[in-house]
Amino acid sequence: MNNILKNSARFILFLLIQIIILNEIPPIHQFVTPYLYIIFILWLPFGTSRITTTLLGFALGYSLDMFTNTPGLHAAAATLVGYLRPTILNLLLAQEASEELTKEPSIGTMGWGPFMFYIFSLTFIHHFYLVLLEWLQFGNFGYFIGKVFFTSGMSILLILLVELLLNRRKLKR
Amino acid sequence: MKNIIGFIRQNFTFFSFLILQIVSLVMLSSYSKSHETFFGNWNNAVAGNVNSYYNEWAYFFDLKATNAKLVAENVALRNELAQNFVPYDTSVKSGTLILRKDSLEKTRKFFYYPAKVVGNSFTLQKNYITIERGAIEGVKKDMAAISPDGSIVGVVVEVNDHYSKIMSLLHRNSKVSAMLKRDRIAGSIEWDGKSPDILLLKNISKSALPKIGDTVLTSPYSSSFPAQLMIGRVTSITKDPSSNFLTLNIKSATNFYNLEFVYLVENKRMDAQTDIEKKGEVNE
Repeated sequence: MNNILKNSARFILFLLIQIIILNEIPPIHQFVTPYLYIIFILWLPFGTSRITTTLLGFALGYSLDMFTNTPGLHAAAATLVGYLRPTILNLLLAQEASEELTKEPSIGTMGWGPFMFYIFSLTFIHHFYLVLLEWLQFGNFGYFIGKVFFTSGMSILLILLVELLLNRRKLKR
Repeated sequence: MKNIIGFIRQNFTFFSFLILQIVSLVMLSSYSKSHETFFGNWNNAVAGNVNSYYNEWAYFFDLKATNAKLVAENVALRNELAQNFVPYDTSVKSGTLILRKDSLEKTRKFFYYPAKVVGNSFTLQKNYITIERGAIEGVKKDMAAISPDGSIVGVVVEVNDHYSKIMSLLHRNSKVSAMLKRDRIAGSIEWDGKSPDILLLKNISKSALPKIGDTVLTSPYSSSFPAQLMIGRVTSITKDPSSNFLTLNIKSATNFYNLEFVYLVENKRMDAQTDIEKKGEVNE
Protein backbone atom coordinates (compact mmCIF):
# COMPACT_ATOMS: atom_id res chain seq x y z
CA MET A 1 0.00 0.00 0.00
CA ASN A 2 2.80 2.32 0.98
CA ASN A 3 4.48 1.56 -2.32
CA ILE A 4 1.37 2.38 -4.34
CA LEU A 5 0.93 5.70 -2.53
CA LYS A 6 4.56 6.62 -3.03
CA ASN A 7 4.46 5.81 -6.72
CA SER A 8 1.18 7.66 -7.27
CA ALA A 9 2.75 10.71 -5.68
CA ARG A 10 5.75 10.35 -7.99
CA PHE A 11 3.47 9.96 -10.99
CA ILE A 12 1.78 13.28 -10.26
CA LEU A 13 4.96 15.03 -9.15
CA PHE A 14 7.04 14.22 -12.22
CA LEU A 15 4.12 14.89 -14.53
CA LEU A 16 3.67 18.33 -12.96
CA ILE A 17 7.40 19.07 -13.13
CA GLN A 18 7.32 18.14 -16.80
CA ILE A 19 4.24 20.23 -17.59
CA ILE A 20 4.78 23.26 -15.40
CA ILE A 21 8.54 23.67 -15.55
CA LEU A 22 10.25 21.74 -18.32
CA ASN A 23 7.63 22.37 -21.00
CA GLU A 24 7.48 26.06 -20.13
CA ILE A 25 11.09 27.15 -19.83
CA PRO A 26 12.41 28.72 -23.00
CA PRO A 27 14.53 26.04 -24.71
CA ILE A 28 18.28 26.56 -25.00
CA HIS A 29 18.02 25.43 -28.58
CA GLN A 30 15.39 23.95 -30.87
CA PHE A 31 17.07 20.57 -30.30
CA VAL A 32 17.08 20.64 -26.53
CA THR A 33 13.77 19.90 -24.81
CA PRO A 34 14.46 17.90 -21.66
CA TYR A 35 12.13 15.09 -20.62
CA LEU A 36 12.15 14.06 -16.99
CA TYR A 37 8.78 12.38 -16.67
CA ILE A 38 10.00 8.88 -17.67
CA ILE A 39 11.94 8.78 -14.39
CA PHE A 40 8.65 7.54 -12.93
CA ILE A 41 8.93 4.33 -14.96
CA LEU A 42 12.65 4.05 -14.31
CA TRP A 43 12.07 4.15 -10.58
CA LEU A 44 9.36 1.49 -10.34
CA PRO A 45 10.39 -1.44 -8.11
CA PHE A 46 12.28 -4.37 -9.66
CA GLY A 47 9.38 -6.74 -9.16
CA THR A 48 6.89 -4.77 -11.23
CA SER A 49 5.59 -7.03 -13.97
CA ARG A 50 6.02 -6.20 -17.63
CA ILE A 51 2.31 -5.75 -18.20
CA THR A 52 2.11 -3.27 -15.29
CA THR A 53 5.01 -1.13 -16.52
CA THR A 54 3.58 -1.14 -20.04
CA LEU A 55 0.16 0.01 -18.87
CA LEU A 56 1.65 2.58 -16.49
CA GLY A 57 3.83 3.86 -19.30
CA PHE A 58 0.78 4.35 -21.47
CA ALA A 59 -1.10 6.09 -18.66
CA LEU A 60 1.85 8.38 -17.95
CA GLY A 61 2.42 9.27 -21.60
CA TYR A 62 -1.25 9.82 -22.27
CA SER A 63 -1.59 12.11 -19.23
CA LEU A 64 1.27 14.22 -20.56
CA ASP A 65 -0.34 14.22 -24.01
CA MET A 66 -3.46 15.77 -22.57
CA PHE A 67 -1.44 18.83 -21.63
CA THR A 68 0.69 19.09 -24.73
CA ASN A 69 -2.15 18.49 -27.20
CA THR A 70 -0.27 15.69 -28.94
CA PRO A 71 -2.51 12.65 -28.35
CA GLY A 72 -0.49 9.45 -28.67
CA LEU A 73 2.99 10.91 -29.08
CA HIS A 74 4.32 10.58 -25.54
CA ALA A 75 1.98 7.68 -24.89
CA ALA A 76 3.64 5.61 -27.63
CA ALA A 77 7.17 6.42 -26.43
CA ALA A 78 6.42 5.86 -22.75
CA THR A 79 4.64 2.55 -23.52
CA LEU A 80 7.75 1.38 -25.35
CA VAL A 81 9.94 2.31 -22.38
CA GLY A 82 7.60 0.47 -20.02
CA TYR A 83 7.64 -2.60 -22.23
CA LEU A 84 11.42 -2.72 -22.69
CA ARG A 85 12.29 -1.97 -19.08
CA PRO A 86 12.18 -5.59 -17.80
CA THR A 87 14.27 -6.71 -20.77
CA ILE A 88 17.03 -4.26 -19.96
CA LEU A 89 16.85 -5.07 -16.25
CA ASN A 90 17.12 -8.82 -16.96
CA LEU A 91 20.20 -8.14 -19.07
CA LEU A 92 21.85 -6.23 -16.24
CA LEU A 93 20.84 -8.14 -13.14
CA ALA A 94 21.72 -11.62 -12.02
CA GLN A 95 18.85 -14.01 -11.50
CA GLU A 96 19.13 -13.99 -7.70
CA ALA A 97 18.09 -10.32 -7.71
CA SER A 98 14.52 -11.55 -7.71
CA GLU A 99 14.64 -11.67 -3.93
CA GLU A 100 14.87 -7.87 -3.84
CA LEU A 101 11.62 -7.37 -5.68
CA THR A 102 10.45 -4.40 -3.62
CA LYS A 103 13.69 -2.47 -4.09
CA GLU A 104 13.98 0.17 -6.77
CA PRO A 105 16.62 0.66 -9.44
CA SER A 106 19.18 3.18 -8.17
CA ILE A 107 22.93 3.59 -7.95
CA GLY A 108 22.81 1.97 -4.53
CA THR A 109 20.96 -1.17 -5.56
CA MET A 110 22.52 -1.65 -9.01
CA GLY A 111 25.92 -0.04 -8.87
CA TRP A 112 27.18 2.79 -11.04
CA GLY A 113 27.87 0.94 -14.27
CA PRO A 114 24.66 -1.04 -14.69
CA PHE A 115 22.56 1.87 -13.52
CA MET A 116 24.14 4.24 -16.02
CA PHE A 117 23.57 1.73 -18.79
CA TYR A 118 19.97 1.29 -17.66
CA ILE A 119 19.29 5.03 -17.74
CA PHE A 120 21.22 5.66 -20.95
CA SER A 121 19.54 2.91 -22.91
CA LEU A 122 15.96 3.58 -21.84
CA THR A 123 16.22 7.36 -22.15
CA PHE A 124 17.80 7.01 -25.55
CA ILE A 125 15.13 4.56 -26.72
CA HIS A 126 12.41 6.89 -25.49
CA HIS A 127 13.85 9.91 -27.26
CA PHE A 128 14.69 8.00 -30.40
CA TYR A 129 11.11 6.78 -30.74
CA LEU A 130 9.56 10.09 -29.69
CA VAL A 131 11.59 12.17 -32.13
CA LEU A 132 11.13 9.55 -34.83
CA LEU A 133 7.36 9.95 -34.52
CA GLU A 134 7.81 13.72 -34.62
CA TRP A 135 10.05 13.42 -37.65
CA LEU A 136 7.41 11.42 -39.50
CA GLN A 137 5.16 14.48 -39.24
CA PHE A 138 7.66 17.23 -40.02
CA GLY A 139 11.34 18.05 -40.08
CA ASN A 140 14.31 16.52 -41.88
CA PHE A 141 16.98 13.96 -41.05
CA GLY A 142 19.35 16.51 -39.55
CA TYR A 143 16.62 17.66 -37.21
CA PHE A 144 15.91 14.08 -36.20
CA ILE A 145 19.52 13.10 -35.43
CA GLY A 146 20.36 16.39 -33.76
CA LYS A 147 17.31 16.39 -31.59
CA VAL A 148 17.69 12.75 -30.56
CA PHE A 149 21.25 13.23 -29.37
CA PHE A 150 21.01 16.63 -27.74
CA THR A 151 17.67 16.02 -26.07
CA SER A 152 18.81 12.61 -24.84
CA GLY A 153 21.97 14.13 -23.43
CA MET A 154 20.04 16.84 -21.62
CA SER A 155 17.47 14.42 -20.25
CA ILE A 156 20.09 11.93 -19.04
CA LEU A 157 21.91 14.75 -17.30
CA LEU A 158 18.70 15.86 -15.60
CA ILE A 159 17.76 12.31 -14.55
CA LEU A 160 21.23 11.74 -13.10
CA LEU A 161 21.04 15.06 -11.27
CA VAL A 162 17.70 14.13 -9.73
CA GLU A 163 19.10 10.72 -8.84
CA LEU A 164 22.14 12.20 -7.12
CA LEU A 165 20.24 15.02 -5.43
CA LEU A 166 17.57 12.79 -3.92
CA ASN A 167 20.16 10.10 -3.14
CA ARG A 168 17.67 7.34 -2.52
CA ARG A 169 20.32 5.02 -1.12
CA LYS A 170 19.88 6.50 2.31
CA LEU A 171 16.23 5.60 2.38
CA LYS A 172 17.03 1.93 1.89
CA ARG A 173 19.08 1.44 5.06
CA MET B 1 -8.11 -22.13 -33.06
CA LYS B 2 -7.04 -23.49 -29.70
CA ASN B 3 -3.45 -22.90 -30.72
CA ILE B 4 -4.11 -19.29 -31.62
CA ILE B 5 -5.79 -18.60 -28.27
CA GLY B 6 -2.94 -20.33 -26.53
CA PHE B 7 -0.42 -18.27 -28.45
CA ILE B 8 -2.18 -15.04 -27.55
CA ARG B 9 -2.42 -16.07 -23.90
CA GLN B 10 1.25 -16.92 -23.81
CA ASN B 11 2.22 -13.59 -25.29
CA PHE B 12 -0.47 -11.57 -23.58
CA THR B 13 1.97 -8.86 -22.46
CA PHE B 14 3.40 -8.43 -25.91
CA PHE B 15 -0.05 -8.17 -27.48
CA SER B 16 -1.25 -5.61 -24.98
CA PHE B 17 1.91 -3.63 -25.71
CA LEU B 18 1.18 -3.90 -29.42
CA ILE B 19 -2.41 -2.77 -28.93
CA LEU B 20 -1.36 0.24 -26.86
CA GLN B 21 1.19 1.19 -29.52
CA ILE B 22 -1.43 0.93 -32.24
CA VAL B 23 -3.90 2.99 -30.21
CA SER B 24 -1.27 5.68 -29.68
CA LEU B 25 -0.20 5.76 -33.30
CA VAL B 26 -3.79 5.88 -34.55
CA MET B 27 -4.53 8.76 -32.20
CA LEU B 28 -1.40 10.54 -33.35
CA SER B 29 -2.03 10.07 -37.05
CA SER B 30 -5.74 10.89 -36.99
CA TYR B 31 -5.24 14.00 -34.91
CA SER B 32 -6.58 17.06 -36.67
CA LYS B 33 -8.48 20.23 -35.96
CA SER B 34 -11.82 18.45 -35.85
CA HIS B 35 -10.43 15.92 -33.42
CA GLU B 36 -9.02 18.70 -31.38
CA THR B 37 -12.48 19.95 -30.48
CA PHE B 38 -13.62 16.47 -29.53
CA PHE B 39 -10.42 15.54 -27.77
CA GLY B 40 -10.26 18.98 -26.21
CA ASN B 41 -13.74 18.81 -24.69
CA TRP B 42 -12.98 15.48 -23.21
CA ASN B 43 -9.61 16.43 -21.78
CA ASN B 44 -10.42 19.93 -20.63
CA ALA B 45 -11.98 18.61 -17.45
CA VAL B 46 -8.53 17.70 -16.11
CA ALA B 47 -5.95 19.53 -18.17
CA GLY B 48 -7.99 22.74 -18.35
CA ASN B 49 -8.22 23.00 -14.60
CA VAL B 50 -4.51 22.50 -14.05
CA ASN B 51 -3.68 24.87 -16.86
CA SER B 52 -5.91 27.62 -15.51
CA TYR B 53 -4.27 27.35 -12.07
CA TYR B 54 -0.91 27.39 -13.73
CA ASN B 55 -1.83 30.41 -15.83
CA GLU B 56 -2.80 32.36 -12.74
CA TRP B 57 0.71 31.84 -11.38
CA ALA B 58 2.40 32.49 -14.67
CA TYR B 59 0.36 35.67 -15.03
CA PHE B 60 1.61 36.88 -11.66
CA PHE B 61 5.24 36.52 -12.72
CA ASP B 62 4.49 38.19 -16.04
CA LEU B 63 2.98 41.29 -14.45
CA LYS B 64 6.13 43.33 -14.97
CA ALA B 65 6.20 42.69 -18.70
CA THR B 66 2.44 43.17 -18.93
CA ASN B 67 2.80 46.51 -17.20
CA ALA B 68 5.45 47.67 -19.65
CA LYS B 69 3.20 46.69 -22.54
CA LEU B 70 0.29 48.62 -21.08
CA VAL B 71 2.44 51.71 -20.60
CA ALA B 72 3.50 51.57 -24.23
CA GLU B 73 -0.09 51.15 -25.32
CA ASN B 74 -1.26 54.03 -23.15
CA VAL B 75 1.35 56.33 -24.63
CA ALA B 76 0.26 55.38 -28.11
CA LEU B 77 -3.38 56.06 -27.22
CA ARG B 78 -2.60 59.35 -25.48
CA ASN B 79 -0.72 60.49 -28.54
CA GLU B 80 -3.90 60.02 -30.56
CA LEU B 81 -6.02 62.30 -28.35
CA ALA B 82 -7.70 65.08 -30.26
CA GLN B 83 -6.57 67.73 -27.77
CA ASN B 84 -2.97 67.21 -28.88
CA PHE B 85 -3.69 68.63 -32.30
CA VAL B 86 -4.26 72.15 -33.51
CA PRO B 87 -6.65 72.38 -36.45
CA TYR B 88 -5.60 74.39 -39.45
CA ASP B 89 -6.96 77.92 -39.42
CA THR B 90 -9.72 78.22 -42.01
CA SER B 91 -11.11 81.56 -40.84
CA VAL B 92 -8.59 83.48 -42.92
CA LYS B 93 -9.44 84.37 -46.48
CA SER B 94 -6.74 83.15 -48.73
CA GLY B 95 -7.63 85.28 -51.73
CA THR B 96 -8.39 82.38 -53.98
CA LEU B 97 -11.66 80.54 -54.31
CA ILE B 98 -10.14 77.25 -53.33
CA LEU B 99 -8.84 76.75 -49.81
CA ARG B 100 -5.17 76.09 -50.03
CA LYS B 101 -5.15 73.64 -47.12
CA ASP B 102 -7.37 70.74 -46.22
CA SER B 103 -9.34 71.92 -43.22
CA LEU B 104 -9.22 68.43 -41.73
CA GLU B 105 -5.46 68.55 -41.58
CA LYS B 106 -4.11 69.16 -38.14
CA THR B 107 -0.70 69.79 -36.70
CA ARG B 108 0.50 68.04 -33.63
CA LYS B 109 0.99 70.19 -30.56
CA PHE B 110 1.51 67.72 -27.71
CA PHE B 111 3.53 64.53 -27.78
CA TYR B 112 3.70 61.96 -24.97
CA TYR B 113 6.62 59.84 -23.77
CA PRO B 114 6.55 57.16 -21.06
CA ALA B 115 9.14 57.27 -18.29
CA LYS B 116 9.88 55.02 -15.35
CA VAL B 117 10.21 56.68 -11.95
CA VAL B 118 13.48 55.69 -10.22
CA GLY B 119 13.53 58.24 -7.43
CA ASN B 120 10.79 60.11 -5.60
CA SER B 121 10.54 62.23 -2.46
CA PHE B 122 7.56 63.86 -0.84
CA THR B 123 8.67 64.60 2.72
CA LEU B 124 11.02 67.52 2.04
CA GLN B 125 10.32 71.14 1.28
CA LYS B 126 11.82 70.85 -2.19
CA ASN B 127 10.78 67.53 -3.64
CA TYR B 128 12.08 66.09 -6.89
CA ILE B 129 11.26 62.99 -8.90
CA THR B 130 14.00 61.22 -10.87
CA ILE B 131 13.02 59.37 -14.03
CA GLU B 132 14.89 57.01 -16.29
CA ARG B 133 14.62 58.87 -19.56
CA GLY B 134 16.98 61.57 -20.70
CA ALA B 135 18.00 63.87 -23.50
CA ILE B 136 18.97 60.97 -25.79
CA GLU B 137 15.45 59.60 -25.44
CA GLY B 138 13.90 62.95 -26.25
CA VAL B 139 13.44 64.67 -22.89
CA LYS B 140 13.83 68.44 -22.81
CA LYS B 141 13.74 70.97 -20.06
CA ASP B 142 10.31 72.36 -19.12
CA MET B 143 8.44 69.33 -20.38
CA ALA B 144 5.40 68.52 -18.24
CA ALA B 145 5.00 65.27 -16.33
CA ILE B 146 1.61 63.73 -15.69
CA SER B 147 0.66 60.62 -13.79
CA PRO B 148 -0.93 57.55 -15.44
CA ASP B 149 -4.43 58.60 -14.27
CA GLY B 150 -4.07 61.94 -16.05
CA SER B 151 -3.35 64.28 -13.14
CA ILE B 152 -0.30 66.49 -13.21
CA VAL B 153 2.96 65.68 -11.40
CA GLY B 154 5.49 68.39 -12.19
CA VAL B 155 7.87 69.93 -14.67
CA VAL B 156 11.25 68.67 -15.93
CA VAL B 157 14.05 70.86 -14.59
CA GLU B 158 17.27 68.92 -15.17
CA VAL B 159 18.17 66.60 -18.04
CA ASN B 160 21.23 64.49 -18.72
CA ASP B 161 21.81 61.68 -21.22
CA HIS B 162 19.64 59.00 -19.65
CA TYR B 163 18.02 60.52 -16.57
CA SER B 164 15.94 63.58 -15.85
CA LYS B 165 14.81 65.38 -12.73
CA ILE B 166 11.25 66.55 -12.33
CA MET B 167 10.35 69.36 -9.98
CA SER B 168 7.35 67.88 -8.25
CA LEU B 169 4.26 69.97 -7.51
CA LEU B 170 5.40 69.46 -3.92
CA HIS B 171 8.16 72.06 -4.25
CA ARG B 172 8.21 75.49 -2.68
CA ASN B 173 9.08 77.10 -6.02
CA SER B 174 6.62 75.13 -8.11
CA LYS B 175 4.07 77.24 -9.90
CA VAL B 176 1.53 75.91 -12.38
CA SER B 177 -1.22 77.83 -14.07
CA ALA B 178 -4.64 76.37 -13.13
CA MET B 179 -8.32 77.17 -13.36
CA LEU B 180 -11.57 76.32 -11.65
CA LYS B 181 -13.67 74.07 -13.81
CA ARG B 182 -16.90 75.77 -12.67
CA ASP B 183 -16.30 79.27 -14.06
CA ARG B 184 -12.90 78.89 -15.78
CA ILE B 185 -11.25 81.55 -13.64
CA ALA B 186 -7.49 81.08 -13.61
CA GLY B 187 -5.03 81.17 -10.75
CA SER B 188 -1.79 79.48 -9.92
CA ILE B 189 -1.05 76.25 -8.06
CA GLU B 190 1.60 76.45 -5.36
CA TRP B 191 2.58 74.44 -2.32
CA ASP B 192 3.08 75.62 1.24
CA GLY B 193 5.22 72.66 2.32
CA LYS B 194 2.80 71.47 4.98
CA SER B 195 1.13 68.33 3.68
CA PRO B 196 1.90 66.34 0.50
CA ASP B 197 -1.86 65.97 -0.01
CA ILE B 198 -2.78 69.63 0.01
CA LEU B 199 -1.89 72.19 -2.69
CA LEU B 200 -2.79 75.87 -2.72
CA LEU B 201 -4.64 77.62 -5.53
CA LYS B 202 -3.73 81.30 -5.22
CA ASN B 203 -4.71 84.47 -7.03
CA ILE B 204 -8.30 83.50 -7.68
CA SER B 205 -10.39 86.62 -8.10
CA LYS B 206 -13.00 87.25 -5.42
CA SER B 207 -15.59 87.48 -8.16
CA ALA B 208 -15.28 83.71 -8.55
CA LEU B 209 -17.75 81.71 -6.53
CA PRO B 210 -15.93 78.45 -5.81
CA LYS B 211 -17.62 75.78 -3.77
CA ILE B 212 -16.02 73.02 -1.73
CA GLY B 213 -15.56 69.98 -3.95
CA ASP B 214 -15.04 71.98 -7.14
CA THR B 215 -12.63 70.52 -9.66
CA VAL B 216 -9.40 72.33 -10.47
CA LEU B 217 -7.86 71.79 -13.91
CA THR B 218 -4.79 73.06 -15.71
CA SER B 219 -5.47 76.28 -17.58
CA PRO B 220 -4.89 76.87 -21.29
CA TYR B 221 -2.26 79.51 -20.42
CA SER B 222 0.45 77.09 -19.41
CA SER B 223 3.19 76.45 -21.96
CA SER B 224 4.12 73.09 -20.48
CA PHE B 225 0.82 71.47 -19.65
CA PRO B 226 -2.04 70.67 -22.00
CA ALA B 227 -5.28 72.33 -20.83
CA GLN B 228 -7.90 70.62 -18.70
CA LEU B 229 -5.77 68.05 -16.92
CA MET B 230 -6.95 67.14 -13.45
CA ILE B 231 -5.15 68.76 -10.52
CA GLY B 232 -7.49 68.22 -7.57
CA ARG B 233 -10.60 69.28 -5.69
CA VAL B 234 -11.26 72.28 -3.46
CA THR B 235 -11.32 71.40 0.25
CA SER B 236 -11.44 74.85 1.88
CA ILE B 237 -11.68 78.51 0.88
CA THR B 238 -9.83 81.34 2.59
CA LYS B 239 -10.66 84.99 1.92
CA ASP B 240 -7.69 87.28 2.26
CA PRO B 241 -9.15 90.56 3.62
CA SER B 242 -6.15 92.63 2.58
CA SER B 243 -6.23 91.72 -1.11
CA ASN B 244 -8.66 91.09 -3.87
CA PHE B 245 -7.89 87.38 -4.14
CA LEU B 246 -8.99 84.06 -2.68
CA THR B 247 -6.68 81.26 -1.58
CA LEU B 248 -8.11 77.75 -2.01
CA ASN B 249 -6.83 74.54 -0.46
CA ILE B 250 -6.79 71.76 -3.02
CA LYS B 251 -6.75 68.05 -2.30
CA SER B 252 -4.28 66.81 -4.90
CA ALA B 253 -5.59 64.23 -7.36
CA THR B 254 -2.10 62.87 -7.88
CA ASN B 255 -0.94 60.19 -5.50
CA PHE B 256 2.68 61.20 -5.02
CA TYR B 257 3.36 58.28 -2.69
CA ASN B 258 3.27 55.47 -5.23
CA LEU B 259 4.39 56.91 -8.57
CA GLU B 260 5.84 54.18 -10.77
CA PHE B 261 5.39 55.61 -14.24
CA VAL B 262 4.89 59.14 -15.48
CA TYR B 263 4.12 60.44 -18.92
CA LEU B 264 6.17 63.34 -20.19
CA VAL B 265 4.39 65.84 -22.40
CA GLU B 266 6.29 67.70 -25.04
CA ASN B 267 4.75 70.89 -26.36
CA LYS B 268 6.00 71.20 -29.93
CA ARG B 269 5.18 74.91 -29.88
CA MET B 270 6.69 75.72 -26.51
CA ASP B 271 9.66 77.65 -27.89
CA ALA B 272 7.41 79.84 -29.99
CA GLN B 273 5.13 80.55 -27.02
CA THR B 274 7.87 81.37 -24.50
CA ASP B 275 9.66 83.42 -27.12
CA ILE B 276 6.71 85.70 -27.71
CA GLU B 277 6.02 85.95 -23.97
CA LYS B 278 9.59 87.12 -23.33
CA LYS B 279 9.46 89.67 -26.13
CA GLY B 280 6.65 91.47 -24.39
CA GLU B 281 8.87 92.01 -21.37
CA VAL B 282 11.67 93.50 -23.44
CA ASN B 283 9.44 96.16 -24.97
CA GLU B 284 8.17 97.48 -21.66
